[in-house]
Amino acid sequence: MAAEKMAAEVVIRIRGLVNRFGKQVVHDGVDLDVMRGEVLGLVGGSGSGKSVLMRTILGLNRPQAGSIELLGADVARMGADARAATQTRCGVLFQDGALFSSLSVTGNVQAPMREHLQLAQPLMDELAALKISMVGLAPDAGPKLPGELSGGMRKRAGLARALVLDPEIVFLDEPTAGLDPIGAAAFDSLIGNLQRSLGLTVVMVTHDLDSLIAICDRIAVLVDKKVRVGTMAEHLEDPHPWIREYFHGPRARAAFGAKG
Amino acid sequence: MTHEPGWIREGTTGGRLVLAAGGGWTVAGAATLEGLVAALEPGASRQITEPARDVAFDLTEISALDTAGVWLLRQAARRYEEAGASVSWEGVADRFRPLFELVEANEGHKPERPPHANPLVAAIARLGEHTIEAGHEAVALTAFIGLATVTGLRAFLRPRRFRLVSLTNQIEQTGLNAMPIVGLMAFLIGIVLAFQGAIQLRKFGAEIYTIDMLAITIPREIGVLLTAIMVAGRSGSAFTAQIGTMKVNEEIAAMQALGLDPMEILVLPRINALIITLPILTLFSVFVGMVGGAAMAIVSLDMAAVQFVTRLQEAMTIKHFMVGMVKAPVFAYLIAVVGCYQGLRVSGGAESVGRLTTRAVVLSIFLVIVADAVFSIMFAAMDI
Repeated sequence: MAAEKMAAEVVIRIRGLVNRFGKQVVHDGVDLDVMRGEVLGLVGGSGSGKSVLMRTILGLNRPQAGSIELLGADVARMGADARAATQTRCGVLFQDGALFSSLSVTGNVQAPMREHLQLAQPLMDELAALKISMVGLAPDAGPKLPGELSGGMRKRAGLARALVLDPEIVFLDEPTAGLDPIGAAAFDSLIGNLQRSLGLTVVMVTHDLDSLIAICDRIAVLVDKKVRVGTMAEHLEDPHPWIREYFHGPRARAAFGAKG
Repeated sequence: MTHEPGWIREGTTGGRLVLAAGGGWTVAGAATLEGLVAALEPGASRQITEPARDVAFDLTEISALDTAGVWLLRQAARRYEEAGASVSWEGVADRFRPLFELVEANEGHKPERPPHANPLVAAIARLGEHTIEAGHEAVALTAFIGLATVTGLRAFLRPRRFRLVSLTNQIEQTGLNAMPIVGLMAFLIGIVLAFQGAIQLRKFGAEIYTIDMLAITIPREIGVLLTAIMVAGRSGSAFTAQIGTMKVNEEIAAMQALGLDPMEILVLPRINALIITLPILTLFSVFVGMVGGAAMAIVSLDMAAVQFVTRLQEAMTIKHFMVGMVKAPVFAYLIAVVGCYQGLRVSGGAESVGRLTTRAVVLSIFLVIVADAVFSIMFAAMDI
């Protein structure tokens, strides 16, 4: 797959990351490499710090120790310009879409273009409509305000916004949660398509075992405040009790069964 | 990744037109690329004098491509097709094929631009919409007042329904915590009134009547009105924001689903708390306002403290004080009802909370002033 083809380039390099909130240690020495063009699933129990890890990579949360290189630049030492430049190369889908509530869906999708590029309005309209359709929203969703959308539609609109600048890395926080199974499967194949054609790197926090099986090249499991990375086959062999439970539980068996 | 900028060139091979595109066709360069696409001349190309029948797009040299790039290339192709040419694609790398399929499957949803109406007509239409909306709102607010009253009466029959904890909490927030700012405001207003009044009255040699003016205006009008406005801005807005945020979080729906009455749990304690605290705050502000006026009179108008107090005893009557105090619970009721009503009207997201909070403050201050005017007319008719 794409991951093997381009395995040489590391786009996110995390070394010795420590995150603490008060007395509570969330991460204690996390090391993680994300390769260009791979789809990395990030799993872990509730409260194991999956979202915190994602926010730390994006520079939204300052770690107590450790270094993070995002697209070759140190996140902690980045100046404002470098940060903005790096951010245009990353797209983020937050859990509930995090749409700007005062803007229509089209306005939300166009917001990054408006801020970072100087495009003519008709072209922005066309590209926004393209992205809105790509994520499976009907064209008439464009003029609607986020308050008028269902949870699943908000998520899709958030994805359209994350993808609008055709980023190199896309971070997805529980992308398929709240989508119906058909939508979730369509979303999985959408990510697969984009990843193949753009060399897109995807980091997705997910609990959807179907997505993990369908599109993830490697899976990073957050256990005991550290990360264990491996392919699905490797995790299936892992003797760690939480990982065994996760990948051998009844839901996992059902997902594997559906695949096989 | 930085790519060489995208380009597109015309050329001919065996009598047919070949458009070779290369470099990075990505959204980062979309502004330039759109210019390149627009500059193509499908009608009469530079290479072939008559319109080309057969056009090939050669994408062999493209190094980077994204959805925006594909859309622009297809846009170029569309322009040739519209001019009557048949378009073929050559040298499309395998890794770009899924991208082409993706764009092909999703384009053609022309964004709809709402038709621009005549601005005058639009303004009249908006005026009409606002009028109808104001009418609906008046009806809904009246219904809400009715519901609040019924809930309140039911609570009287079963006093256990008065939520004591919630009530005391609201009294603390709307009353106790408001005292510093209300006191400061009243003190400053007292100073300003005494100073301005003295300057004007000095012209007539009637400086001593500054005290009479203070003794009438502060207890009767200024004290209660300014306190009510301050409370509307402080607590009325808080009611809308609190209840509105709960509505956004579906907490209100959860209460109803659990068989709890939001009117009883959220609205009633807030109304009752404000009816209790606003008169107390008014009393406090009248007192502090008089202190401010006295301070100004004694410090800068050369009045003796004894003179001030003696004159005040003659000028101040219980009547003016009562007129002011009677208004306080009415104002409190208006502020609390409007604040809670707007909070329950929130629908959708954060934007709606902000909009309705503003509306609650504006509407409650407006209603307070209207009520004050009605009181004035009433008291005038009653010769009070």
